[in-house]
Amino acid sequence: MGDCQPIIPAVDIFLQQIFNGLTLGSIYALVALGYTMVYGIMGLINFAHGEVVMIGALTALATAKALLAAGVPPPLVLLLALLVATLVCMALGAAIERVAYRPLRNAPRLAPLITAIGVSIVLQQVAMLVWGRNYHSVPQLLPAGSYEILGAQITEVQLIIMAVAASTMLGLMQLVNRTRLGRAMRATSESPAIAALMGVDANRIIMLTFVIGSGLGALAGVMVSANYGIAHYHMGFLLGLKAFTAAVLGGIGNLAGAMVGGLLLGIIEALGAGYIGDLTGGVLGSNYQDVFAFFVLIVVLIFRPSGLMGEKVAERA
Amino acid sequence: MARALLDVLNLEVRYGGIMAVKGISFAVEEGEMVCLIGANGAGKTSTLKALARMLPSRGEIRYGAERIDALPAHALIGRGLALVPEGRGVFARLSVAENLAMGAYHRRDHDEVAADIEYVHALLPRLKERARQLAGTLSGGEQQMLAIGRALMGRPRLLLLDEPSMGLAPLMVEKVFEVIRTVAAQGVTILLVEQNARLALEVCSRGYVMESGRVILADSAANLAADPRVRHAYLGE
Repeated sequence: MGDCQPIIPAVDIFLQQIFNGLTLGSIYALVALGYTMVYGIMGLINFAHGEVVMIGALTALATAKALLAAGVPPPLVLLLALLVATLVCMALGAAIERVAYRPLRNAPRLAPLITAIGVSIVLQQVAMLVWGRNYHSVPQLLPAGSYEILGAQITEVQLIIMAVAASTMLGLMQLVNRTRLGRAMRATSESPAIAALMGVDANRIIMLTFVIGSGLGALAGVMVSANYGIAHYHMGFLLGLKAFTAAVLGGIGNLAGAMVGGLLLGIIEALGAGYIGDLTGGVLGSNYQDVFAFFVLIVVLIFRPSGLMGEKVAERA
Repeated sequence: MARALLDVLNLEVRYGGIMAVKGISFAVEEGEMVCLIGANGAGKTSTLKALARMLPSRGEIRYGAERIDALPAHALIGRGLALVPEGRGVFARLSVAENLAMGAYHRRDHDEVAADIEYVHALLPRLKERARQLAGTLSGGEQQMLAIGRALMGRPRLLLLDEPSMGLAPLMVEKVFEVIRTVAAQGVTILLVEQNARLALEVCSRGYVMESGRVILADSAANLAADPRVRHAYLGE
């Protein structure tokens, strides 16, 4: 994130960090939605979600490399890579739900949680076997231009990430709030047993929730690798934890909360990274960026465990 | 006598380690309004939950021409069997209109659904007034009305009602039972579980009395209301 050049006036740095933060936050928000949707509907924190994002990024990368080598034009490569990654992640999400979580539907809450961590490790290891331990550089498929606003640079990649994330989230809100499926999802999240009386097959709704969340994860994975220009088998871990933090910050289970929490966390992180050097008199540098997310998590858990937009967090019976 | 719409044979329900229903048999004919009365903990709610497949059970449950005891809960409403659960079970964070829409979730006949919303609104005008309000903000009586309206949106052939009077003020209880009577008069078969035995025996034609997981009496409502045991134990006389 922003290499601070001491001569640049303060407004530029601030604005620059806001742009960086919004970009990062858009990605956090997309990933956080995956956590919060699954939590909302079945009270499970799917810690494997970060790895789904990673698989999405690496699948897109592998597809893109293959297509580029075959001479397919770059814009088409991007779309196809995104499509393949999304489909792979959706199938992966469905498979995780079916194999790892459904058998534990009536088990004590700790069992699926530990299973989630297990799934996460398995996915990471499989990805390591498939793609190796190396960092992969991501080919530039998006326009490389940038604009200057009040001295701060905003790249076209950043703009595209924000626009795509915003429209995807808008679409998701429409789906959840306006469609028959969305209604069934909300009803199931309140009570699977009562929803079943209306003819809702909770298993189907839960699976679709995983599929949608994983699709958003794939998109986020492509974005994050496009933003940083690299992808590797371990990238899902920290990203997943941060997105989980964003979901908790917004109020886990609350879709709007995940979006707000994601954007907020991105901005906090970017501003923190940008100013930590000044604040600590140079003792700590921007490599402490990751600290902020977890500092936020701790503060939220202490002072407002239900998050900014969440209702009271109650253990489900 | 025609074949019963609902025919239950040796139904057993275990609930939390205890046998809540100990092999009961009963039947409900098409178009009848039958009640299941008894004290708290007699097994009435467990029976209804088993019929709606919310609880596993043993024994036979015949509905229409088929056995439904191996079906999942979500397969029943499409067959015309609806339950208004104990405690109403409205979706608190969905609007009244959305709750009604959930009642018609399994239906694809959109024009007919729209007509049924009109019908439910005519039957329960409060639901129309409060269509956009979240169901959780309704009063207990309104929530009960919503739960019934939502069940009607599924066009049930057999309606199971679990303690519709519970927790309601007397005036509201009267209103709710008036609605139930109207629904019954339109040909919907009703199986009613009630602790308020007096009320239940007033509106139903037949009744079963449950005690400790067994059916101890089965008779016409008039005979049950006159039975000294029922009068003593459940009508407070």
